[in-house]
Amino acid sequence: MLAYAIRRLGQSLFVLVLMSFLVFIGVFAIGDPIELLVNPQADEVERIRATAALGLDKTFLEQYWVFLKGAASGDLGKSFVYNVPALSLILQKLPATIELAFVAMVMAIFLGIPLGLVAGLKPDSLVGRGIMAGSILGFSLPTFWVGLVLIMVFSVNLGWLPSNGRGETTLVAGIPVSFLTLDGLAHIAMPAVNLALFKLSLLIRLTRAGTREAVLQDYVKFARAKGLTQGRVIGVHVLKNILIPIVTVIGLELGSVIAFAIVTESIFAWPGTGKLLIDSINQLDRPVIVAYLLVIVTLFIVINFVVDVLYSMLDPRVRLGGAAAAH
Amino acid sequence: MSDPILSAPAGPLAETTPGAKGGVAGPWSRFRADFAESRLALFGLALLVVILLVGLLAPVISPQNPYDLAQLDIMDSKLAPGERSADGSTYWLGTDDQGRDMLSGIFYGLRISLGVGIASTVFALAIGLVFGLVAAYFGGWVDTLVMRIVDIQLSFPSILIALILLAVLGQGVDKIVIALITVQWAYYARTVRASALVERQKEYIEAARVLALGQARIVFRHLLPNCLPPLIVVATVQVAHAIALEATLSFLGLGLPITEPSLGLLISNGFQYLLSGKYWISFYPGIALLLTIMAINLVADQLRDILNPRLRK
Amino acid sequence: MSGPPLLQVDGLRMHFFTKAGVVKAVDDVSFSVGRGEILGLVGESGSGKSMTGYSIIGLVDPPGRIVEGRIVFDGTDLTRLDAAAWRGVRGSRIAMIFQDPMMTLNPVLRIDTQIVEAVQAHADVSRESALARAREALVRVGIASPDERLRAYPHQFSGGMRQRVAIAIALVNGPDLIIADEPTTALDVTIQGQILFEMQKVCRESGTALIWITHDLSVVAGLADEVCVMYAGRFVESGPVADILDRPLHPYSRGLIDSVPSRNARGRPLRQIPGMTPSLLSLGPGCPFRDRCTSATARCAESPSVTEPSPGRRLRCFHPNA
Repeated sequence: MLAYAIRRLGQSLFVLVLMSFLVFIGVFAIGDPIELLVNPQADEVERIRATAALGLDKTFLEQYWVFLKGAASGDLGKSFVYNVPALSLILQKLPATIELAFVAMVMAIFLGIPLGLVAGLKPDSLVGRGIMAGSILGFSLPTFWVGLVLIMVFSVNLGWLPSNGRGETTLVAGIPVSFLTLDGLAHIAMPAVNLALFKLSLLIRLTRAGTREAVLQDYVKFARAKGLTQGRVIGVHVLKNILIPIVTVIGLELGSVIAFAIVTESIFAWPGTGKLLIDSINQLDRPVIVAYLLVIVTLFIVINFVVDVLYSMLDPRVRLGGAAAAH
Repeated sequence: MSDPILSAPAGPLAETTPGAKGGVAGPWSRFRADFAESRLALFGLALLVVILLVGLLAPVISPQNPYDLAQLDIMDSKLAPGERSADGSTYWLGTDDQGRDMLSGIFYGLRISLGVGIASTVFALAIGLVFGLVAAYFGGWVDTLVMRIVDIQLSFPSILIALILLAVLGQGVDKIVIALITVQWAYYARTVRASALVERQKEYIEAARVLALGQARIVFRHLLPNCLPPLIVVATVQVAHAIALEATLSFLGLGLPITEPSLGLLISNGFQYLLSGKYWISFYPGIALLLTIMAINLVADQLRDILNPRLRK
Repeated sequence: MSGPPLLQVDGLRMHFFTKAGVVKAVDDVSFSVGRGEILGLVGESGSGKSMTGYSIIGLVDPPGRIVEGRIVFDGTDLTRLDAAAWRGVRGSRIAMIFQDPMMTLNPVLRIDTQIVEAVQAHADVSRESALARAREALVRVGIASPDERLRAYPHQFSGGMRQRVAIAIALVNGPDLIIADEPTTALDVTIQGQILFEMQKVCRESGTALIWITHDLSVVAGLADEVCVMYAGRFVESGPVADILDRPLHPYSRGLIDSVPSRNARGRPLRQIPGMTPSLLSLGPGCPFRDRCTSATARCAESPSVTEPSPGRRLRCFHPNA
């Protein structure tokens, strides 16, 4: 187990360095930030001074080296626009994004798995067909457009929910969160639903397919032959088997939820990292873009690692270092 | 297996058993029959045909050319659906802030969205196909290298990769097609490799090798056709993905330039008027986008079911 | 035999209502099993023998449905039970084991979980006493060091061991009847013998009745007291095992017996039944075997009724073998 973890960690580190290089090349090629940052009326001396101050006069490799040295000590450079460390800018916005992604994922999981189970157990019933039709629709709805329709209905027409911002937040362990106040809940409701919709459809399909396959298995028939209640047969025998692929997908989708939060945050003006990224791209704020990507990549790597561990806990057949087969 | 009745060799007592009804119908008509089994899929297909025709014929069937400034009248700006213009023509879906007929705008937007989606899919398919076949056929380090790149790429959400690429490349139809190709090729490479690896083990490839056929011939005449079914399914799904992704990127202001408004850009344009209740500028292009993606998904679902040998009964 | 039998299946019909039409998987089947008796239910694949087993334990899934007949078990007609009452019977008084031991145990649950839940589904006992019963059941089917086995997962066992575990689960609540659906078919021949022996011993000891579903007459020969032969969903004939094997009356049973390789027929070509099993979908009235039967006459287009040619023997045929 330990050797496996170390090897995984090594691989992850390699991916991280590789990504940082690719990202750096890419971002390095984006426009000339000086054009945007320095007053157009400024003279040549001023421009040169600004270029030097931002370290943009050095060659690409020098800039990368400076960046790497800084990154190793947790310094990802200063934002050109805000003139504060890019990393702290990201970390300051990260809780909002994580909260949004988390609430969306919880919604998707706690609605998607039960709905998928129902649809899988009764595929030909009206309810089963209805759930499936809903999930096809959810799959086809463009996320950003759903966001607009939500605003149109609940903010403009009905006036029930606010269309932007986080609302009132409370501090939990020094981190501001929205979901503990009524106002905050009203603010997070629409963005979370918006973000959850696609994953919800995905989980419904996945659970339905898994359930349909599982109920045909002999072990389900055997479990029923033992006289177990329907609840136990489905809740333990079926669910535990279909949960294995589902947990994997949920883990992998967690990353994509954070990425798609970029869109949702832009629509609902949710002050998270996604909105920061779009703003930074528009303002050519290179250090922030790089910092965002590295933080996200790190997050993905951590998530993948956790998913692997969870997976091996759920499925005894892949359990690492398990007992040898007895005959 | 040990069933004495079923496995006994044909003896003198055996009559010639009438074989199962021979396949009178060819594979194509069987495919059509299978597809038509789902009414929902047929509906999707019909819808898709209509959408493709609208996209193709947009300049012919649109009430106006929305990008010919001479045809626009700023007095007609932001008219609600069904309202009439100064010169008496009706705007069934209303007009945008420039006084552009939304219906015509949607027809033209559909054309661009479909074009970008299909073009990027075709290119990505070609690239993925080549890499996937090469990886599967040669194996070894070539395979490892290609698949590592594919794995790393697929572990990142497509929208993130596309976003960064567009941030680097800038706006334009060509740029967004490049971005969409980049995020898509890996899916094809993985699909092709997986099915090619299965096919490679089969005897007919061995037979082709024994016949000393050229490698290119084996790959393209023998391996490729047998990898097609899963590829068709993935490609259909990916067209829908590509269209949705392009719309999203355009909505974020990183996709197409304002001179070539796809559906996503139309929706984005209407966003600022949404809060004042002028919903139609965003709403109707969204419906068009939704119908397009849904039609493709319905067709893809059915294709997946009938081309999947595991689900075949 | 004294008193009413433990299980009396009477005119059972179980049909599948599919899009393509009604599939008469079980069509008028009757037999009985006495307490502690072993019945061999024999037929080819598709003869409806497994479906008969599922009907008895109430595991027929839609679109399948019991349309007619009674299944009287210890005085109660099972076909009239509601879901809750069924659950009380299943696993407690009637148990079932299946063909493929690789598939019957849940791969992601430990053995102890899978046995304990079977105990606790029917008795309000603590986990400890349920475990004690589990241990006992494992020992009875010949598993040494049960404690170690209980903590393992199915994939850590061989096929034979898994089938023993499945049998232990079937036995754990001391059922009156076990339905065994070809439980040795998927196993090696040597393991097959062991399981057969074990099963027979355990049932004799505990007085458990057994319905052994199989296509393999040689298995039945050494195991069962009575045999019931099925063909195309219908009852063919039944009687004491030695009687049937020595003197099959129905041409189909005769064909089945003749197609089993035997020692004293060495060197001679094996005989086989010509033709193939008819589709249950298009099956009309009349004897389903008549197209393959050498003694068939025009009369066989009608359905023969069940006769009792001699005490303990029942038969459905117009032209029994002499």
